[in-house]
Amino acid sequence: MDYYSQVILNSIITGGIYGLIAVGYSMIYSILRFVNFSHGFVAMMGMYFTYALSVQLQLPFFIAAAGGIVLTAFLGMIIERVAYRPLRFSFYLAPLVAVVGVAFFLESVALMVWGGGILSYDVKTTSFNISGLYITNVQIGILITLLLSVILLYYLIEKTTIGQAIRATADDIKMASLVGINSNRIVVIVFMLGSALAAVGGTFLGLETNLQPTIGLSVTAKSFAAVILGGFGNIYGGLVGGLVLGFAENLGVTVLPTVWKDFIAFGVLFIVIYFKPSGLLAKRQERGGRYR
Amino acid sequence: MFYHLTILMIIYSITCIGLNIVVGYTGFFSFARAAFFGIGAYTSALLVMSGVPFLIAIIAGGILAAIFGWILGLITVEMTGDYFALATFAFAEMTRQVFINWTGLTRGPLGLPGIPRPEIFGFRFSTNQAYLFLYIILLILVLLITEMYVKSPFGRLLKTIREDETAAQSLGKDIAKTKNIAIAMGAFFGGVGGALYAHYITYIDPSAFVLHITIFFLIIVIAGGMGNNYGTILGAVMLVLVRELPRYLGLSPAFAASLQQMVYSSILVILMLVRPRGLLGERKLLSEQSSEEGGK
Repeated sequence: MDYYSQVILNSIITGGIYGLIAVGYSMIYSILRFVNFSHGFVAMMGMYFTYALSVQLQLPFFIAAAGGIVLTAFLGMIIERVAYRPLRFSFYLAPLVAVVGVAFFLESVALMVWGGGILSYDVKTTSFNISGLYITNVQIGILITLLLSVILLYYLIEKTTIGQAIRATADDIKMASLVGINSNRIVVIVFMLGSALAAVGGTFLGLETNLQPTIGLSVTAKSFAAVILGGFGNIYGGLVGGLVLGFAENLGVTVLPTVWKDFIAFGVLFIVIYFKPSGLLAKRQERGGRYR
Repeated sequence: MFYHLTILMIIYSITCIGLNIVVGYTGFFSFARAAFFGIGAYTSALLVMSGVPFLIAIIAGGILAAIFGWILGLITVEMTGDYFALATFAFAEMTRQVFINWTGLTRGPLGLPGIPRPEIFGFRFSTNQAYLFLYIILLILVLLITEMYVKSPFGRLLKTIREDETAAQSLGKDIAKTKNIAIAMGAFFGGVGGALYAHYITYIDPSAFVLHITIFFLIIVIAGGMGNNYGTILGAVMLVLVRELPRYLGLSPAFAASLQQMVYSSILVILMLVRPRGLLGERKLLSEQSSEEGGK
């Protein structure tokens, strides 16, 4: 029983991290109907920004993480400006292709600056034993920050004017512009917010595992899987999807050899796209995200 | 060096002509290219190593890739846009995991060394000159077949699907089957390209079939111009030069690798900003406007 409660705890932590990254992803998707392929790579950059500030510049970890998040938000803004906005009314494949380019550009930057080796944050971990359940101080910190981020995000989206504008734009971008919402500004805000959430998730991933430039792709794939699982059109769907994914991954390892873990993850993604393209929490059926 | 670069250009051209059928002519963004490339490479290498003649082995590689393409097509044919891209990506990653983990067949991450060089009717193509000669003939063959295919009524149907699926459907065309054939045919050339790659490099391992190579192929097709086979060849020439030349500049391998990646990812972004349909891409067609509207 202890073994399984440990697995459940780990599932909540990994699932929560995926979920947080996925929320940023589904925000961008819900407004633009556009798969931001670079999202996982942005999370990876956030991870390394925090590393640069905390390890290389020797700042205290919390300040470094906050700095990393802000830097990543600006990175999101730049990506929107350079590779997304000019292409919004271009050939329909152009934004997707451009963002793939951005993704691999970011990866090459990380490879050049920080090298391809495995790095880790310089954070001291102490382990607590709560009646047979092992939890580290880092994990407690992650859980608290996760909870705070979700509450803050909920407040921002549901209770503020900006949140209202974001929801209106997500419902119908043209109608929103018609009532005087500056949709370009909303898109920038969403990109920045989404990237900031990605940076939080990326930093947590770095704390939980380690730092590697090549992690971007799997983060992109997993957060997209989480978004699909949770359902498009629902900003919090990604959070639920992330938790489901976290449980699937951690429980899967208890019954199957670890080497097939990624195979299972992508298999699940494939099956979900096929059987339930609109997600588990979808409001309405929308088969296969048609362009027309 | 000249022969090496030209041979690579030809291998990538053959692979990307196949990809162009799916991406350029039919308008589907497939991320599965590395999988077909890998399936062809492993199939042909393993067959030749167990004594099957070269020509039969590369065709078998192509056919096995086409069978996988057909099955993938059956599953994904109703999906559009992003979903198709994601499903093919998931398929490619699953295939790579099989290459890594089915160690009994593929030797896993250790790779397959010592793949024999091509041999046809007792003549062994051991020098690069002979190689180039053989591969040019194959490229011409592939180009002829593909051109014939895309200029036929069938090819026009593909373009119609790309431009307006509903219109094609209203003319009583079987969209699903047409797309499926296009995907399988694209996969066939992907497999043949992979086989030729394996027999030229003589060593393959799963890391040769990661997503990066798919992206590289996509850039070749997109840079050259979607829906134009000569554009694809132009793209292959350009991208091979961009990718391989830094190796001869005397930089450290790790730095050169990330520099390559940086250069071609920037090219991709800039190209999309300047010429979203590629250098030799087709002009705007009638329904451009409506597809843009719908994409938002």
